[in-house]
Amino acid sequence: MEKYLYITLFAPLLGSLIAALFAAQKKMLFTGIITSILIGISFLSSVILLNYIDGDTILHVKMMDWISAGNIDIPFGFVVDQVSVIMMVTVTLVSTVVHVYSIGYMEHDKSFNRFFSYLSAFVFSMLILVMSDNFAGLFIGWEGVGLCSWLLIGFWYHKHSASWAANEAFIMNRIADLGMLMGLFLIYWKVGSLQYDIVFANIVNLDVTTLTWIGVFLFIGAMGKSAQFPLHTWLADAMEGPTPVSALIHAATMVTAGVYLVIRAGEIYALIPEVGYVIASLGAFVAVFAASMALVNRDLKRIIAYSTLSQLGYMFVAAGLGAYWIALFHLMTHAFFKSLLFLGAGNVMHAMNDELDIKKMGGLYDSMKATAILMTLASIALAGIYPFAGFFSKDKILEVAFNHEAYLLWFALFIGAALTAFYSFRLVMLVFFGEKVHKKLGFHPHEVQPFVIYALTPLALLAIVAGFFEHSFHAFVTDLLKDYEFTLDHSIALILIFATSAVALSGIGFAVYKYSRGGFSESWEKKGIYKLLINQYYIPKFYELTIQKPLYNLSKFAWQKIDLKIVDATVDMIARVLYGTGDTARKIQSGNLSSMLRWMVAGVAILLVLAIFIRPMV
Amino acid sequence: MMIGLTHYLILSGILFIIGLVGVMRRKNLLMLFFSTEILLNAVNIGFVAVSKYYGDLSGQMFAFFIIAVAASEVAVGLGLLVLWYKRTGSTDLDSLQMMKG
Repeated sequence: MEKYLYITLFAPLLGSLIAALFAAQKKMLFTGIITSILIGISFLSSVILLNYIDGDTILHVKMMDWISAGNIDIPFGFVVDQVSVIMMVTVTLVSTVVHVYSIGYMEHDKSFNRFFSYLSAFVFSMLILVMSDNFAGLFIGWEGVGLCSWLLIGFWYHKHSASWAANEAFIMNRIADLGMLMGLFLIYWKVGSLQYDIVFANIVNLDVTTLTWIGVFLFIGAMGKSAQFPLHTWLADAMEGPTPVSALIHAATMVTAGVYLVIRAGEIYALIPEVGYVIASLGAFVAVFAASMALVNRDLKRIIAYSTLSQLGYMFVAAGLGAYWIALFHLMTHAFFKSLLFLGAGNVMHAMNDELDIKKMGGLYDSMKATAILMTLASIALAGIYPFAGFFSKDKILEVAFNHEAYLLWFALFIGAALTAFYSFRLVMLVFFGEKVHKKLGFHPHEVQPFVIYALTPLALLAIVAGFFEHSFHAFVTDLLKDYEFTLDHSIALILIFATSAVALSGIGFAVYKYSRGGFSESWEKKGIYKLLINQYYIPKFYELTIQKPLYNLSKFAWQKIDLKIVDATVDMIARVLYGTGDTARKIQSGNLSSMLRWMVAGVAILLVLAIFIRPMV
Repeated sequence: MMIGLTHYLILSGILFIIGLVGVMRRKNLLMLFFSTEILLNAVNIGFVAVSKYYGDLSGQMFAFFIIAVAASEVAVGLGLLVLWYKRTGSTDLDSLQMMKG
């Protein structure tokens, strides 16, 4: 079985290296095909591993020693257990679809080969992240996906906005990674190992303060990667990257790494429920906060990005309250329907010549039926309507919040569900139905190639049926993860389900009703609440004023005053003094033996005087 | 009056100063060699005197070395001097300025 593990892990790397060989050359179709095939192989072997893993058998291999110095011993080890195998299958499945899709999407891009090289490198890093059996390996993968995310957001680096967004994402993640590193150091310091099994076996012996710090620091890392408040601004700006990247990295896989970390470190968080509660509260806040920003935004991809943020909030609520398997379940279903939504958005963008303003679309259903159907399916799944995947996972999260008697959290999530349904269908209505605004603006949309649509069908299928695997999923992962005890009465649970479904349905109904009649009037755009939301609560502005500007001014001061006036001036002065003395002293070198001898005598005399009067301390 | 170490050292010093002034003042290359010889031998006197005073032979041995070095220096130096004289017809130091920097 080990060989399947290695195939899963290294097939994407191989693909990435092959594509990298041709990175600087013009488009070659086979790089796309080879990387897609290799990712497909990786997917197949992770499915084989999924079948192999059960309650008693997990796969744990040590590939080689990595750091072995003194007391430090960190191997390159990999573990395939119930949690990581779920992540592997999800990641490789979505990656396969995205790779095939990208062959169509990047068709006319001159950096076609480079794109596939980065994309496969990302998959490799993500697999390292989820398969590692210790925190150090996880951190390597963590940084690897961060790097690939930077490369891919800034893929069109000649656009200033893209390179800016890439840097923003990278820097924000770096701030959070510092927290994560502190957490790892603390673990190593207190436990003496970074292996998951050893850490979790010894963690109970630590005092609560240390545990709390570890939990907080690890969560800071998770906040950066999963773009939780207040480090959330990078995710919306990351939409500057190509759309397949948004689908793979900024919806389905990388941003869920934070949730994965919390699930992985569940044994730590189980001992510090207070921290878990804080995580859940923050998650619930983000769920509503991000959804509210999605309500008014006019940028197709940003709406979906905010929706991702909001769904990550849901996952953190579940993970924070100890319902790890539900968080993982929502992570998986979300990966399916959210990447489908993004890839559909990519089709729309292509049809509209990269126009992103949804107010300029409308009535696209006639020209792109397949995409419209796929995106509507994904939106229904996102809104959480029975029997789609989102219903099962999201409803469970609401139940958990209610079960925990965290009614405020539950209410926030409840509101969030309504908002989600509304903005999803606002998007669908504005893009695919209603008045054909795009005609007036002179667009001629056309459907994408058939193979792109075929590539999306597995995701659509899973977005519909994934929910029905809930029980087998539960049985499978709770072999490893702590089960969550529902004490809720069955009838109350039923009422909750109906209430949530009702609120989601009414959100959809309201959106359909409103936007089939031309939407909201222009006067709304003058209101304060609209301005607040469209400007993202002025948070980017706030960051610019309080962090960026002062830092910029400080750097400018350091450059112009300290560096130029002090450091450079000192160095220049030393050089000038040496040059000046040399210029003066070269007159001694007259070539006249007699005067040279005189200088020599003078020198000897000076040395003698020095030797007599200045004695070295013995 | 006994002639002691001090007298020898004074003699050595006087000779050294004479040599030094010669090195600094004379413009004739040949005179420069003489001055150098005086300098070296002034040092020799000092060495030998101190060696005798302390009963240590190494000073005298060093004096022999200096004599040998002085002899070879003069041999090479005079050879060059003769060559230079044949070329330019003068042994004036101020005419030797080819190394001006």
